[in-house]
This record gives sequence, structure tokens and C-alpha cells, in this order.
Amino acid sequence: MEPSLNPLIRPKHNQLDTLASKARSLADPDNRDNMVSSIYKTSRAIVGDVVQYTDRQQRQHSERLDRILTSKIWGYPIMLAMLATVFWLTIAGANVPSSMLAETFAWLEGYITLAFQAVHAPDWLHGLLVLGLYRGISWVVSVMLPPMAIFFPVFALLENFGYLPRVAFNMDRLFKRSGGHGKQSLTMAMGFGCNAAAIMSTRIIESPRERMLAILTNNFVPCNGRWPTLIVLSSLFMAAGVASGLQTFVTAAVVLGIVLFGIVVTLTVSWVLSKTALRGVPTHYTLELPPYRRPKFWNTVIRATLDKSLFVLKRAVIIAAPAGVITWILANLFVGDMSILEHIVAFLDPFARALGLDGYILMAFILGLPANEIVLPILLMGYLSTGAMTEVEDMAALKQIFLDHGWTWLTALNMMLFSLLHYPCGTTLFNIYKETKSPKWTFLAFAIPTGIAIGVTFTVAQVVRGLGWV
Amino acid sequence: MMRHCCENGASCHHKNPSDQKGKTTRFRVALAGNPNTGKSTLFNALTGLRQHTGNWPGKTVLRAEGTYSFKDVTYTVIDLPGTYSLYSNSADEEVARDYIVFEQPDVTVVVLDATSLERNLNLALQVLEMSERVVVCLNLMDEANRKGIRIDDRKLSSKLGVPVVKTAARDGKGLTELKETVEGVARGHIQTRPFRIRYSDEMEEKIKTIEADIRTIFGNDLPSRWIALRLLDGDPSLTEALKKRIGKEESTDGAIAQPPYPAEA
Repeated sequence: MEPSLNPLIRPKHNQLDTLASKARSLADPDNRDNMVSSIYKTSRAIVGDVVQYTDRQQRQHSERLDRILTSKIWGYPIMLAMLATVFWLTIAGANVPSSMLAETFAWLEGYITLAFQAVHAPDWLHGLLVLGLYRGISWVVSVMLPPMAIFFPVFALLENFGYLPRVAFNMDRLFKRSGGHGKQSLTMAMGFGCNAAAIMSTRIIESPRERMLAILTNNFVPCNGRWPTLIVLSSLFMAAGVASGLQTFVTAAVVLGIVLFGIVVTLTVSWVLSKTALRGVPTHYTLELPPYRRPKFWNTVIRATLDKSLFVLKRAVIIAAPAGVITWILANLFVGDMSILEHIVAFLDPFARALGLDGYILMAFILGLPANEIVLPILLMGYLSTGAMTEVEDMAALKQIFLDHGWTWLTALNMMLFSLLHYPCGTTLFNIYKETKSPKWTFLAFAIPTGIAIGVTFTVAQVVRGLGWV
Repeated sequence: MMRHCCENGASCHHKNPSDQKGKTTRFRVALAGNPNTGKSTLFNALTGLRQHTGNWPGKTVLRAEGTYSFKDVTYTVIDLPGTYSLYSNSADEEVARDYIVFEQPDVTVVVLDATSLERNLNLALQVLEMSERVVVCLNLMDEANRKGIRIDDRKLSSKLGVPVVKTAARDGKGLTELKETVEGVARGHIQTRPFRIRYSDEMEEKIKTIEADIRTIFGNDLPSRWIALRLLDGDPSLTEALKKRIGKEESTDGAIAQPPYPAEA
């Protein structure tokens, strides 16, 4: 006997189907928002009636601030302004110390070279250790340390103050609309620090579908390892034609634009995935807004400088140092009339050119798979190893290195875009595999960003060239 | 020896939950609440350490169960997963939701963190839409007092239409009152009139449109207004759950009924 054919029940099934389709015709994405906001309003009203705070001060302070920082009108402008201010401070503040560091390294280099000559060291050793290793490291330190030493502490102050959950709160609506989970904005905020850590933090998202969205798109926000690249390239190339007083401002605006573009890509990819491979509707959640706390200023600043700046720098130097040596060797071992390095670069060059980059840049990104921090150092060492041999003097000299290799603002822009959009670093990919236990999704986490990076840079390059802007 | 006796006693109780006259006087009490409201502390305080606590691997989340007896009646306490809402798109929320709506415990105790009542009330309001027999438990009262938060529990109770009990489960405070109240609601001595949120006119209109149909199908077995809301929210997991429920009715009734036409027709 087939129970589903029961005459008494069968109509019920049909009735339910009719009901479901009727409900569907009345369903509206706003229904949910309506319900949730009614519930919240009611809770608020009831609490207002039955709860008394004898110790009101602290709460009012937080609430008043939240009303501004998460307001529908002011939330986004304040967010953008804060981010822009952080970039502006970083760029404006980093210039002078960067030059000072560069000069100090150049001055030291003279003595080191003298010392090499004094002990009659062979030329190749001087080339390897001083021109390859030392110069590479000095560039990395003078270029990357000052921006990091400003950016990280300022960001940490905002973080400790309790601003990031408010950012998540503001962004919630956007993520929901793109089919993701509101908490995705929190994991995204984590990604600004480190994508690998942010992948772990996606555990706070309960729904596997939305968690996967958060994992696959996390890479589209620049991490610690990529900030320096963005900031340096932006300050060197993006404000060239602008009056000097406005240059810092324009530079900051460009970095801000890149970050916003990353967020747009995050939302777009989430939206596309949630309409295709990861279909579904976003779930509700409650986001706890912790009370604002005045950060312990010096504590935070020192912590951030030591923990983050030096950590990133150490990683850059430790990985970049052997990379510098290898690069130097590759550049000085000849096969035929070209060095091995030149062979690799020549191989990559045509494809890279189509993306508005060059073979060196692409090689730097490929060798930089273990850590984004080393992309810029490898690039510099690649350039320096080709006989350009620019001494480390100041930021203008750095720009000259790039210009000597045919850079334009398009090259800088596309390198920034590629850095923003390309595959996650090795550690992040490893974490993605650990969290998803799926080779397929790990591969997609590699392939989707890479595809987008190639597509975007290719389009930008073709359009800019087609319009004759460079 | 002592232990042995206790265990025996407990298992005896377990196997004969009803008094000898065959009338069941065993009640099921579900604990719902946000995470970190001291729900599990309350659960342990109610059931005691020696009680059997079973874990059911409910898909991905666990639902703990234990018992206590009060005035010679055994109460089975079901510790639902802690959730912020019951909109049930994640597995743990679904477990909690299905239990309250479909298993219909005799009493659902909503455990609230008294120090952040506003956030916690959201869940309470959702539970009030799902069930008539609700007790609100304001837990962490000790912490709230320390923070200078005063809650008018009577006013809250009259607003919500269900009893409100203040507890500090950590110190075992208010437990007896909670048990009394649960008993009262379970036996119907305490009448509840759960507060129902009034939504926007547009939403209320929509609810009205489909609520009647829901009643036709499910009668008064299920909270029709709540189902209407969920359907309007486009909750696919609920439609599935409802179908499954009809399926169950089917298989019990179906045994008697004759199919009107051959299965393969």
C-alpha cells in the first residue's frame, strides 16, 4: 500500500503546496527585514519600560556614539572618512622617515663596500651580498617599515576602540543583499589584517553556504603583506600630475579607491556565487556591539608596532633574503647570451604585457606565493640585478628604478589591482584546505581570484591603451 | 552504597514516570536562550550532576536532556542549543525551532541574560509566537544587580503575558520559584496570554491572508500565526518540516484508508 495515496491526506499535501505557493507570491525580501525590525522595536520598547539603570553614564555614552557611527546617513561617510584619514596619515607620515632610512642605508653601504675592498673580497661576493642581498633588504626596510609603523598602530587603535563591529553593522545590509552573511563583513575586516587568520575566523558563520562565500571572497581585501605594496606604488605613481599640496590626498584617495574596489569585488563575487554554485538565502544573526573602550594608547601603539610591523618586516626580510640571493644568482648565471632570470622574464613577458604588467612583476607574484610581503622585494631585486644597480638614495631613486623598466601609472595601477585580486598566499590556501577539507573549493579559492585578477588587469590595460592614455 | 541507591531510585523513576494509576504526570521542559546566558548552568542546577545527561547528535548540534523531580513529578529538561534567533537557517536554530513547534514541550523556559535584556528579548518574543506555555527566566540577576540594572519583573510579566522568574543559577538562587512556576504552567494553573508582536499593517494583512488556510490544514495543532510568518519569510526548511509532519499523519491514518486507485496509475 502506498501511504502517500491516502485520500484523506493527499488533499492536505495539495493544500500545503497551494499554501506554499500562495505564501511565495506574498513573500518579499522586505518581509524579513520588516519582521526583524518589528521584533527589535518591540524589544527596545519593552526594555525601555521595565529596565532601569542606576549606573547610566557608561551606557549612554556608547549608545549616543553608536547612533552616529552606525546611523543610516552618517555610517558610511564616517567609515570612508576614517579609512581615508588612516591612509592619509600613513602616506603623509611615511615619506620623510622612508627617505631618511634610505639615506642611512646608502651611507652605510659605502662603508660596507669599503670593508669588502679592504679585505680584497672577490667581486662576485660583493655583488651577491651587497648589491643583491643588502640593497634588496635596505629597500624593503626603508620602503615598507615607515608606512607599516604608522598604519598598523592607527588601525589597532580603531580596532581596540571597538569600531570594527560597527563597520560590520554598517556593511551588513550590503552583504545580505549580495546573498552573504552579515558576519562576512567581520571576517572581511579580519582580512585587512591577515587573510589566513580571517579564514579561521569564518567559523563564526554557522551556515556552511555563507561560510564558503566568506572564505572564497576573503582574499579581496588587502592584508598586512599587501598594504605596503599598495601604499608605496600609489604614492610613487598615482599623484604625479597633481599639485604638490594635494599629492598626499590623491594618493590616499587612490588607496581608498583600491580598497573600495576590493569590497565591490567581494560583494559581486558573493552575489554571483549565491546565485549559482552557492545558491541560497542569507540567514539572520545577532551582532553584539561591544561597549566602546578608550584604548590604552601607548600600549596599543607599541604592541602594534612590535607585533605587526616588525612581524611583517621580519617575514619579508627572512623570506626575501634567500629570494634575493636566488634572484641574484639567477640574474648572474648565463645560458646563451641571457641570464636565467632574463629567460624566465622573457617567457612571462608577453602574457604580463597583455595585463599591463611586465615579466618581472609576474615573476615576483609567482615567487611571492608563500607570502605577499615578498612580492615587492623580489621585484626590486629582480630589477636591481639586471645591472640597473641603483643605489638606495631616496624615494625618487626608487621611482627611477621603476621608470627605467618602462613603468607608467598603468603599470603601477595594474600591479596594485593584481596584488589586490590575485590568488591568496600559501598560508591562506593551506588554511582554506584545512577548513573546507575540499581540494575542489581550495582550488576555486585559488582560481576565482586569479581569474578575476587577470580579467580586470587585462581589461584595464586594453582600455587604457586603446584610449591612448599611456 | 549510597550512590547505588540513588542510581536505582533514579532509574526507577525513569522507567515509571507515571504514578501507578497510569496517568502520566511527567512533563517536558525545554530550555531555550541565547548562547552564554547561563542556560547550561541552569540546566545543570536543575537536573543535578548525578542525573543522566544524554547527548543526541542532532545532525551537527547537540541537544542535552536530563530530569529532575519536583513534588513527586518527574520533569524532563531538554537543553536546546543556544541561539540568537529561531529563524532557523543554521542547523542549531532548526533543532531548537523544530523542538518547540513540533515536539511541543509542556513548558518552554526562555532563559534571558538580565544584563543585556534588549538583545535577549528578541528571542523571547520569537518563542512567544511559537508557544503558549512559556516561562521567562531572567538569569544572571546577580551580575545585573552588580551593574546597577534594575528590572521590574512584574511589569515585564504583564507585558509578555507569561510568568517571569528571576534567577542566579550559579548560586542556585530562584530555582525553587522557577520549578513552582514551571509546574503551574505545565498543569495549567497559571494561565498565559503570550504577547504577540504587531507587525506593520501590510504584514498583518498578508498574515491574515494565509493564516486561515494554515488552520484548515493543521487545525489548532500548530501555531498558525507563526507558521504564516515563517512562510512569508520564505523559509524552505519549514515547508519541508511541515511536509514531513503531514507524512507522519499519513502513515498512521494511511493504514486504515484504501487507496482509491492503483499506485502506478
